[in-house]
Amino acid sequence: MIVSVLLFAAYREIVGQSRIELNLPEGATAEDVYDQLQTGHPRLRDARASTTFAVNRQVVDPEYTLHGGDEVALLQPASGGSR
Amino acid sequence: MIELTPGPLSPERCIEAVRQRGAGGIVTFIGTVRDVSEGRRVEFLEYEAYEPMAMDKIRQVVDEVRARWPVDGIALQHRVGRLEIGDDAVVVAVSCPHRAEAFEACRYAIDRLKEIVPIWKKEHAEDGSFWVGGPITATSSLAPEPD
Repeated sequence: MIVSVLLFAAYREIVGQSRIELNLPEGATAEDVYDQLQTGHPRLRDARASTTFAVNRQVVDPEYTLHGGDEVALLQPASGGSR
Repeated sequence: MIELTPGPLSPERCIEAVRQRGAGGIVTFIGTVRDVSEGRRVEFLEYEAYEPMAMDKIRQVVDEVRARWPVDGIALQHRVGRLEIGDDAVVVAVSCPHRAEAFEACRYAIDRLKEIVPIWKKEHAEDGSFWVGGPITATSSLAPEPD
């Protein structure tokens, strides 16, 4: 199945793209997306623990099971506004 | 009124949007771009949002504020893109019948916004630039990997 991955901020800069399509086996989870990306971009490893996943704009657990056509976003802790 | 915009923010417009006959207090918060961050001289900032989700989450903040305080009006603006020193990055205006609840509601809104709305800040400083937030951003030099 094909899912879209949205990459922002540091993820976008490390991967070099803001959106990519991944072909994953049926039953793949949100964190499987990360594992697959990390294979090609080892610098993502440091950010794994602080990453939150959103699927179709909703925050989900890393174990969330994906479906074809899902839009998965990788989110670092937000920094909106000034401190 | 909620807005996510690359253009300049307008605290005045936010205030007018929440001004109502029954509201005896209007509290505003304006977050501005500082020229120093943790001892480093900042040259400019860049804000990036996951815009559709950010709008959803700003609406959630508004709903939460309205559920907790007797809010007459609430306005929230956040800037995206490149910001210079002194620019307004975020504006929150809340009106309530009385000042105590207006202060509390405004404080909650800005804190909650920073917590759940997917907007990220990159500081461009004299000694490098980095995304503020998680560990991926704690080290500088985040140039893309060579292919």
